[in-house]
Amino acid sequence: MSTSDKVLGWITHSYLVLFFAYLFLPLVFMSIVAFNSAEIPQAIPWQGGTLHWFHLLFQDEVMWEALLNSFLVAFAVVIISVPTGLCAALLLTRLHFRAKNLLYALMVSPILVPGIVLGISTFLFWDAQMNIPGGLWTAVMGQSSFIVSYCMLLIMARAQRFDRIQEDAAFDLGAGHGRVFWKITLPFLKPALISAAALAFMQSFENYNTTLFAIGIEQTLPIYIGTRLRVFISPAMNALGVVFICLTLCGALVYEFLRRKEAQ
Amino acid sequence: MIDNFGKTGTLVVLSLVGAWLLFMVIGPQLIAIDYSFRPLLPLRKIGGAEDIYTLKNYLTLFSNTLHRSVFIKTIWSSILVTSIATAVCYPVSFYLARVARGAKLSLMLMAIVVPYWINELLRIFAWQLILSDAGILNQLLMGLSLIHDPINFRAGNSAVILGMVYAYILFMVFPLYNAMESLDQNQVDGARDLGASWPTIHWRIVIPHAKPGIAVGCIMTFMLTAGSVAAPQLLGSPSSFWFTQIIYTNYETANWNLGTAYSEVLALLSLLFIFIMLKLFKVGLKDFIK
Repeated sequence: MSTSDKVLGWITHSYLVLFFAYLFLPLVFMSIVAFNSAEIPQAIPWQGGTLHWFHLLFQDEVMWEALLNSFLVAFAVVIISVPTGLCAALLLTRLHFRAKNLLYALMVSPILVPGIVLGISTFLFWDAQMNIPGGLWTAVMGQSSFIVSYCMLLIMARAQRFDRIQEDAAFDLGAGHGRVFWKITLPFLKPALISAAALAFMQSFENYNTTLFAIGIEQTLPIYIGTRLRVFISPAMNALGVVFICLTLCGALVYEFLRRKEAQ
Repeated sequence: MIDNFGKTGTLVVLSLVGAWLLFMVIGPQLIAIDYSFRPLLPLRKIGGAEDIYTLKNYLTLFSNTLHRSVFIKTIWSSILVTSIATAVCYPVSFYLARVARGAKLSLMLMAIVVPYWINELLRIFAWQLILSDAGILNQLLMGLSLIHDPINFRAGNSAVILGMVYAYILFMVFPLYNAMESLDQNQVDGARDLGASWPTIHWRIVIPHAKPGIAVGCIMTFMLTAGSVAAPQLLGSPSSFWFTQIIYTNYETANWNLGTAYSEVLALLSLLFIFIMLKLFKVGLKDFIK
């Protein structure tokens, strides 16, 4: 290895260390604050360890209500988005017509515009036109509008690799349309459907921009966090952050475990 | 009829997709556009003689100097965030796609994805803890006696920009990574054997190949940044007002007409940016999302 390659390697590694420090240090600081007994969220000066903020967080009934709402909304979004995304993907991969590119552009447009645009229009559509005031239903509608597009793209990627001869063979053997779909097409798409459901759940659970405008006076967890961080900052939010980090790490470990098991 | 689906299947597919587009995409947009072209009127006057289509709301963006300057600043800052994110992520994506292998690669990919499972608001809040007056950075600098009084890092736009780069980096890393991964190693080796330097290899081989990825990364980052609500809310100071905050204020005061007009402007801005990127990088909408 030449000297210039060594220097390049050294620069690359230092850069990567800096990059990952940038990614993780803020989260480390946030976690430290959750255990500091100072009233204002701060990491230094350290005023002694405490679990008080976790206690305070778990006693907050508004938080539990928002969490429940988040689960309800995410569940409804998955139920709506995965089948609709599947249908949209099948439509685009199997139907051949002239305006297909235009339809494709329309179908991906919801992920290409800011979430706030979807939120406001969804709220006005249901509130002013359909007389359904802002709430969990409008949040589901607003979120699904773009999450369907994500599901569609995910399912399309797999549907394009599907060999239609399998279906034709089943028809030749006398199976009906429904049976072919349930026994052949759907099992082939299953991995993509599972990923789509997971993505839809995460996207919904995380969503702030669209929900903030669509939901009216109700709260999901991100809306609750947003209100708390703007109005009254307390280390209880750091405690919530630590809960998120722990759940995430558990999720990552489980994922890695399953991946290794499958690889064996 | 859709191939191999029969009448019932076709009907189900068409009605579900139709309901989605009608009730969630086209319908709401038409209503919002309708609102944006009508004047703000008291309830009793709605539907009356004064309730006519007008460009008034859109023109406010030009006549109101505060709104105009915030709009221009939002565009400019979003371009800045997009450029910084591209520069920061390019080396990382290149390393992931061309150098890292096996367990190390999957560990690094995991390390990049994991922070994104944590709520966006909390990730941005973490920066508030670092940058505020009593924050970690000021405490550290004062502890080292480098400064006497805390520096107000949150004045101006820099805190918001820093937070946004942090919040949306994933949307840049992965498109770049995907595009660079499909590059044929022989092209790089060949160029090296012929004596090309690393900058030349990047400029002539890697970047042209990664064009679609760069375009997608820039489009997503720009759209998320220009439409960001949380970062300016949590990291901003009065002087770093963001265009979304003007929309939010109008939403809160129930001025739907101006609010929808501005949100349509924001949508048009995103579409314009997509159009420019696709032309600039000469890629089609088809290569676009994979």
